[in-house]
Order: sequence, then structure tokens, then C-alpha cells
Amino acid sequence: MAVMSYLEAGKAALAAEMRDDASVWALGEDLGRGGVFGQYRGLVDEFGPARIVDTPISEATIMGAAVGAALLGTRPVVEMRFADFALCAVDELVNQAAKARYMFGGQGRVPLVARQPIGMWRSSAAQHSQSLESWYAHIPGLVVVCPFTPADNYGLLRAAIRCDDPVVYMEHKDLWAMTGEVDEAADLPLGKARLVREGSDVTLVAWSGVLRAVEAALPLLQDGPSVEVIDLRTIYPWDRDMVLDSVRRTGRLLVVHEAVATGGFGAEIAATVAGALFGNLKAPVRRLGAPRIPIPYSPPLEEACKISPAQIAETVHGML
Amino acid sequence: MAARANIDVERLLAHYRAMARIRAFEEAAERAHQEGHVKGAVHLSIGQEAVAAGVCIHLKREDLITTTHRGHGHTIAKGADTGAMLAELLGRASGTCQGKGGSLHIADFSIGMLGANGVVAAGLTIAVGAAHAVKLRGERRIVVCFFGDGATNRGPFLESLNWAKIYELPVLFVCEDNGFAASTRTRAMSAGPGPDARAESLGIPARTIDGNDVIAVDEAAGELVERVRAGAGPQFLLARTYRLKGHTASDLGAYRSAAEVEARKADDPLKRAAELLKVSGVADETIIAIDAEARAEIAAAWKSALGAPWPAVELAFTDVQDVRMPSWR
Ligand SMILES: Cc1ncc(C[n+]2csc(CCOP(=O)(O)OP(=O)(O)O)c2C)c(N)n1
Repeated sequence: MAVMSYLEAGKAALAAEMRDDASVWALGEDLGRGGVFGQYRGLVDEFGPARIVDTPISEATIMGAAVGAALLGTRPVVEMRFADFALCAVDELVNQAAKARYMFGGQGRVPLVARQPIGMWRSSAAQHSQSLESWYAHIPGLVVVCPFTPADNYGLLRAAIRCDDPVVYMEHKDLWAMTGEVDEAADLPLGKARLVREGSDVTLVAWSGVLRAVEAALPLLQDGPSVEVIDLRTIYPWDRDMVLDSVRRTGRLLVVHEAVATGGFGAEIAATVAGALFGNLKAPVRRLGAPRIPIPYSPPLEEACKISPAQIAETVHGML
Repeated sequence: MAARANIDVERLLAHYRAMARIRAFEEAAERAHQEGHVKGAVHLSIGQEAVAAGVCIHLKREDLITTTHRGHGHTIAKGADTGAMLAELLGRASGTCQGKGGSLHIADFSIGMLGANGVVAAGLTIAVGAAHAVKLRGERRIVVCFFGDGATNRGPFLESLNWAKIYELPVLFVCEDNGFAASTRTRAMSAGPGPDARAESLGIPARTIDGNDVIAVDEAAGELVERVRAGAGPQFLLARTYRLKGHTASDLGAYRSAAEVEARKADDPLKRAAELLKVSGVADETIIAIDAEARAEIAAAWKSALGAPWPAVELAFTDVQDVRMPSWR
């Protein structure tokens, strides 16, 4: 096992897939100089500029070209820089990538990965901070992945590249430097959640960067209710079995995500659990997400959008 | 029509045959729409057949094309089976896309037709991506990207042309200017001298031709395709033509006069080709026979398509994605 940062794990995963499969290539702005966060640094030296492709600032065509190239059987890894900029390529992702296989009656497939970093990070403000995973979970045809640990960023990016479906792959910008052990031999499946911690009173489902707040909340709950924590990892298809099994035992569900609470993916989980386990529930299902405001610049204002450990602990206490 | 020097009669006959097949198909599609057999929108290319025929005659089976909502002609000229196409329009399981795409999303990968598109200009990015993959893998085939004049006002037009040029991709852009984008005269909404000038501003060589003159299309496309094959990078063909029917099969065309359309019928590419054949010594009967043959092909295709079974409902749930929830909720 190697210790890697979240950023290095993503880079190692891409490099491993590119070594294994000559049809894998990456394209995006500034990739030849390492990409905006350095997640591609050095890859051009090993794979050359034909496979680590520097592109113009043309998000629609980066994504659309990846669709065309994927239909011909290559496996493009698309870098969108920020999930916010991927909105310039929504037609190409939602109307083309997600639907081509279906509309054309299965004649082609679109095995692309659209990397689009999400999340609040260093006062990046309203256009560089969003978490839009629920948008894509809504779209038939797409797989949506939000890894939290370096191990997951390694394993799930490899799985995403090998996947024949288009995958929206959302790394959290605040996690780039976080280190952890990575088992490069592990085979991680898409669609399976990770049990972070067992517990018996409350099931807490979360994913991506907000899991740091969850981790920080746990000591605050030390002498209180026993919390089972599930890292969903894949937003679509989500691991309904693990969540339902857990809530069946605990009788209580709290979903925590960084995205705006309104219409967030927590709503889907809450509705599913309420529908399936109404009789088992000992408390109303709770959700925590950002208020429905654009993410502000000023640090204390940005802080107001984030879910704090204290808020999580308080919510858990309130469920008992 | 005056005789033209050096006409290759055999080749012109081949063009005429291709155009007659497209015309017969489009007329059948129009009728099918009017009679309620075809439910979704149908965009007819009647009057624009010379572009499809003149360009696609230069393509091999392994070459690739992308097209638009108005893509039946290109698809037929590239070699698709008209029976499977009509079955697709009718939503039958034997359609090119199992009935899941319809006219707007007709595609036939087996002959290198990577799809029509319901989104204006979306085919451009897909075409340059296909060309990118072709170049990445060192293949020799080329990509032809058909689009309308209206598409030149969307961002992907600039992005894709720029992309094709910086990577010197093997792609021929074919802009079919039929005068209109839906109910708008494109000229009224387009700044500058035109699509060809936009291409040239990016260093992409462009030729502009009378798109209703199939010989002119053939000659220009031949030169440009040859350059693309030779590795000279992207090329651009602007074909000026005229849409004789409505934007869709249910558009009454209130934005133009009947007199205008009548006047433009004199310029019908099939009519022009037929006249040229006649002055080159081809007998009337030969031309009539080609028309009849095309209509017979489409009539037979129509009959079998209409008798083809509907898709089983389970087909609605196939080819969505591999990685998914156990149920479709
Ligand atoms: C992005 C987008 N905007 C608008 C439309 C609606 N629409 C469909 S076809 C069309 C006109 C397109 O004109 P042009 O590109 O010249 O092609 P033509 O219809 O003349 O063949 C419009 C506006 C669409 N399909 N996609």
C-alpha cells in the first residue's frame, strides 16, 4: 500500500489506465502543463501530447469531441476544470453523451469520463464552488461519482475509465492535499457505498468533502447516540441496499451534503427511505445541505453555506 | 439549358439516381406524416438533394458523417437502407435505431453515419471528435460534417472549426445554406460576409458553390475530400441551396410567398440534372425509368416498414446504461 494524496491518487489512476489501455486519452485546457490543480502534472512526459491533449477554451467542443471520439471506441477522460465550467458543455453531456447509445438503438456507446471538480474551496465564490451532482443524477444514461478518500479517488477513477457508460466524476477541490493509504490492487466497483463507521442509533449518509465535517462531528457525539456513517461514493446508481439495511437497524436517517439542500440528492434518499421504511422510522428523516443562496466570497459568508460539525452533532442529538 | 462541356453522363446518371431516391423517400416521409403514420417532426430536404449526392459520391463506406435534423438525404446517400430508415420513422423495431430515435436521431453506424441531431450545431463537435479519434489512431478515413446555415450562429461552430484547424483533423465541413433557419432568413440574423468567410478567418480553406448544381457540388467536394485525405487538414464547403418545403412537414411557410417558392422550383436540382442529361443525349425514357425505379424502391420499403412489428415495451429499458439501479426508479 502506498500513501498518496487525493490529487496524486487521481493522477496515478489515470496513468495506470493509460498504461493498460492505449485507447484511453485525456483532453482539457492546460493539461500539458499539469492541469489547473496539477492533477495531470508529468503525464504528458510519459504519454505524449497526442494522449494528454491541451485544448482551447472550448468546453462544448471538449465534451462534444469526446462524445464523437468515444463513439469510435476510444476512452476519453475529459477535464472540465470546475463543475461550474462544465455548464458550458451541458448539451454535449446531457443531450449527446447520455443519450447517444439509447437514441441510436445501441449502435454506439459513449465511454467517456467527465471530470468536474466541485465544492467550496478558498473563497472561490459563486462561479467556482458549486456541487451539482444532483443535476446529473437526474439524467438517464449518466453515472455520477463523488469520491472522498484517496483510495476511492484511485479505485473509482479507474472503474470510471473502464466503464462503458458516460461517467460524471466529481472530485472535491478541498481534498486535493488530503493523504491516505491507497491499495492499488483493490478493485472498486461503481455503485457501492463505503461503510465508514458502524453505529446503532442514527444512519448518517454523506459524500465528498462534507465528510470532513462529519468526521469532525463524531468526537462531539462521543457520549451520545451511536452513529453509523455511510459514504455514498457513487451518487448514481446509489447503494440503496446499504442505506436501507442500515436504517432498518437504526430507525433514523440523516443525509448531509454540501450541495444546496433544495432539490439535492438527499431528497431522493430521504424519499426512498421514507417510502420503504416508514414503519421502521423512529424519527423524521432529516437533511442538511447548503441554503439556497449563491456561494458568497467573503470567508465568514462562505462559512454560512457550509455544514458545520456542530450543526451535524446538534441535528443528530435532535433526532433522539 | 445549354450543353456543358465534358459531361460525364454515367456519373451524372448516378447522381440523378441518388437524388431521385432521396426525393422519393422524402415524398413518402411527407405523405406518411400527413397521413399520421409518422408522429414526430419530419424535416424534409426536398430541393437540397444535390448536396447529399455530390458530396457522398466521394465517400467510402468506412468514412464517417454526422448530420442534422434534416438528415435523410445524407443518410441515404451514404448508403443506408431506405427500408430500415422508413421503419425508424414509423417507430418500428426494425428501424435503424430500433425505433428509439425517429427522424431526428436517425443513425446507421454500419455505414459510418454517426447520427442526425435534434440540437442545432451539436453534430459539429461530435464530428471533430470522431476526426480526432481517427487521427489519434492513425486511421486513413475521413469525416464529413453536414450542417445548416443556422448552425453557424451557435458557439460550437466556432469552437469546432477552430478545433479542427489547430489539430489539423481530417474533416470536411459542409454548410448547406438553404436560406432559412426555421422561419427566419438566416441572412437577417448573421453578421459578416458569410459562413465561408468565417471558416477562412480561421485558416480553413473554403469553397462556395451553387448547391443545386450537382456537378458543381461533385467537383468541389471532390477537390476538398482529396485534400482532406491527403492530410491537408479541415476544409469547408458552402453550398447555396433552397428548401422547397416547410421547415418541418407541418410548416405552412407563412414567412415566404408562394410566388417565391414557385420561382425557386425552376432551380430544382433534379430538374436541372434531368435537363442536363437530356441535352447530353440521354433519352427521356431513361430518366423516367430512374424516377419510377426510385419510387418503386421506396414503395416496397414503405410497405414492409408499415407491416413491421412495433418494438416490445421492454425495448424502452435497454441501452440506457450498464451501471444502474436494480430497477428503473
Ligand atoms: C440549439 C437549438 N436551438 C434551436 C433549435 C430549433 N431549431 C430546429 S432546426 C432550426 C433551424 C436550423 O436552421 P439551419 O441550421 O439553417 O438548418 P435547416 O433547418 O435550414 O436545415 C431551429 C431553430 C434546435 N433544434 N436546437
